[in-house]
Amino acid sequence: MSGAAWLVPVLPAASALVIMALGRKMPGGGAEIGILSLVVSFLLAVGVAIEVFGANVGATTAGEGTAFVHTAAFQLAPIGEGAAIDAGIRVDGLTAMMFLLVTFVSLMVHIYSLGYMHGEERFTWYYAVLSLFTAAMLLLSIADNLMLLLIGWELVGVCSFLLIGFWWESKHNSDAAIKAFLTTKSGDVGLMVGVVALFGQFRTFNIADIFAMVDEGVQAGGAPLSEGLLSFALIALILGVVGKSAQFPLHTWLPDAMAGPTPVSALIHAATMVTAGVFLVARLYPLYSATPAAQATLAVIGAITLLAAGLLALVQEDIKKVLAYSTVSQLGYMVAALGFSYTAGIFHLFTHGFFKALLFLGAGSIIHAAHSNNMRDMGGLAKVMPRTFGTFLVGTLALMAVPPLAGFWSKDEILVEAAAAGGYTGSLVLVLGAIGGLITVFYMTRLLYLVFAGEFRGHGHPHESPPSMTVPLLALAVPSALIGLANLPVAAFQPYAFSAWTMHSLEYWQTHPIEFNLPVAAVAVALAAAGFVAGRALYRSQPLDADDPMRKLGPATRVLEERYFLDHLWTDLITRYIVRDTAGPVAVAVNDRFIDRIVYWVGAGTGRFGQRLYDIFDQKGIDGALHAVATGTWWTTARVRLAQSGNVQLYAGAMLAGVVVLAVVFAAG
Amino acid sequence: MEAVYPLTFAALLFSIGAYGLLSRRNAVLVLMSLELMLAAVTINLVTFGAIAGDGLLTGQVFALFVMAIGAAEIGVGIAIILLIYRNRASVNIDDADLMRY
Repeated sequence: MSGAAWLVPVLPAASALVIMALGRKMPGGGAEIGILSLVVSFLLAVGVAIEVFGANVGATTAGEGTAFVHTAAFQLAPIGEGAAIDAGIRVDGLTAMMFLLVTFVSLMVHIYSLGYMHGEERFTWYYAVLSLFTAAMLLLSIADNLMLLLIGWELVGVCSFLLIGFWWESKHNSDAAIKAFLTTKSGDVGLMVGVVALFGQFRTFNIADIFAMVDEGVQAGGAPLSEGLLSFALIALILGVVGKSAQFPLHTWLPDAMAGPTPVSALIHAATMVTAGVFLVARLYPLYSATPAAQATLAVIGAITLLAAGLLALVQEDIKKVLAYSTVSQLGYMVAALGFSYTAGIFHLFTHGFFKALLFLGAGSIIHAAHSNNMRDMGGLAKVMPRTFGTFLVGTLALMAVPPLAGFWSKDEILVEAAAAGGYTGSLVLVLGAIGGLITVFYMTRLLYLVFAGEFRGHGHPHESPPSMTVPLLALAVPSALIGLANLPVAAFQPYAFSAWTMHSLEYWQTHPIEFNLPVAAVAVALAAAGFVAGRALYRSQPLDADDPMRKLGPATRVLEERYFLDHLWTDLITRYIVRDTAGPVAVAVNDRFIDRIVYWVGAGTGRFGQRLYDIFDQKGIDGALHAVATGTWWTTARVRLAQSGNVQLYAGAMLAGVVVLAVVFAAG
Repeated sequence: MEAVYPLTFAALLFSIGAYGLLSRRNAVLVLMSLELMLAAVTINLVTFGAIAGDGLLTGQVFALFVMAIGAAEIGVGIAIILLIYRNRASVNIDDADLMRY
């Protein structure tokens, strides 16, 4: 199946083009093409996953061999000195995992959007971009070189821009789209620097070649590997990850990205876009695991993010924003986990993908019913929306890391790995991660009580959503509940587990076993229970607005409501004060007085020089020559034509004279 | 046979024709002078044909061709002169300068 793996990203890309071209004429507005292509992609992804699983299990059970990798490439353009830009695929466990997650979640989102986006004016366009978005993420996952990965990465950014600003008629939404685009772009500067630095060091974009060289401890030209340069490149790449995966302090775009349609939020938060950054680190993990500085950076950024974002979720009133900050927090867990363990990081990515997609689609269903994003206008929805409530509860419990649901196993793995790693970073991640778990449970309890308990506070009569929306919820609830068992930390099961399926090398799998640490798990569960008890005690009576305990914390509330003043830092201090008020006028003055002046002089001088050139060269030279030729011709012909007298006898005489001359010549000759 | 007589005669005839062609102003006389030159050429052809003495009598046969062509030429020439006369009431060749630059 891996031979056909290239079809997985190509099919949604082709469907995006077909939808754009023909979608408006189709009975389903193009949605059926998108869904069909994703069904095929999903089946192919399952095939690839099974093949990779079979091969890797063969290696782990035998204890020898290598992790499954299938590569194929062709050259797009040579760039000198043996280097080239290739278009190639690299199918391994990580790719198979991303394929499965992205195609499944995207398929669910496609189906769900049938109901959610029904009657939307730009329905066809929505499906086209949705397909392209999925294709871009799949391209990113399958790329075998950094250049192709970068292309997928930027395509993901463009598509997210289009989808976040889908309802661009409202300024608020288009602002959010621009913010998301620019914020991730500013992180991408680091990514660019990192990719170019890696190319400079290894003279290749190919990931497998870079791995091989790092393995041998050499860089381009056979020189010994410079660890400092490698660390620099990898930390620069982390800047891209911080932007794309919404890590502190560039996470501010993600909550604003809620301006897009809710299914898009589900896709962005679960499968595409934000996971791209985590995926990038996982893809280059053999490099990161060789670079302690980069790993420590990951752990610290992740730890800060998971706590900072978790706290922000406490004061949100918009249900989607609570979930958005919880995504940022969970992404923090993933990035922190990658500081210690490959498997723990991507396992959390995998499980989180399912239950966060479920939560967002559930939130979409709730918003659809309550006609508001604000939890103030909800309440009592458990009774009228039983299916949404049931599935949402499964997703919430998974997010809360309640055993034995998905989130428990993956989050526990992160804490265990952090505890095992020890040191400053390990302790930091362990402590903040445990506290973050408590906060997660607390804000999700708050959300559950405010949305589902008590009486409905909004307008109208909420009702259960149509089957096109509830069926994807049910389909996502199953993996949300059970997928955690895929990596059960039992030694006998491990050769058949998630860790074996996604391993990037057998050696890594053997040296980094997945373990279960009872004290850590017990403390985590106890903290979760404490969070639930506290949440229940405070929010059982559904306090709102001024009564909300989270609003009575004085300055802390203000700090959280202002989102640590980060938006003020970015927009007010940096863009407004520094750029507009200080740097702007200086730039304008410099521009006016120096650059413009020079440009003006050059322009005026050029004009004058051109005028001279015109007068001398063009008018006198070229035109003069033409006039001379014309006058000369006139003068000559005025004389030559006199021969044409019209006198026949003159002609005859000339002819006879000619004959005589010829006769004399021939006679003499 | 003495070829010098007819050849001398032809040369004289040709010279008289050439003189007349160049000096006369009357178009009819010019045309007649032209005929004299043609006659001189015809005599030359017959003479050289007789000297060569080939069985096919090429010279004599060509003399007949020249006469036929000459007759046709006179027809065309007279027609042109008549038309010029009708238009201008003159056969003076100096007046006929339509082809002047």
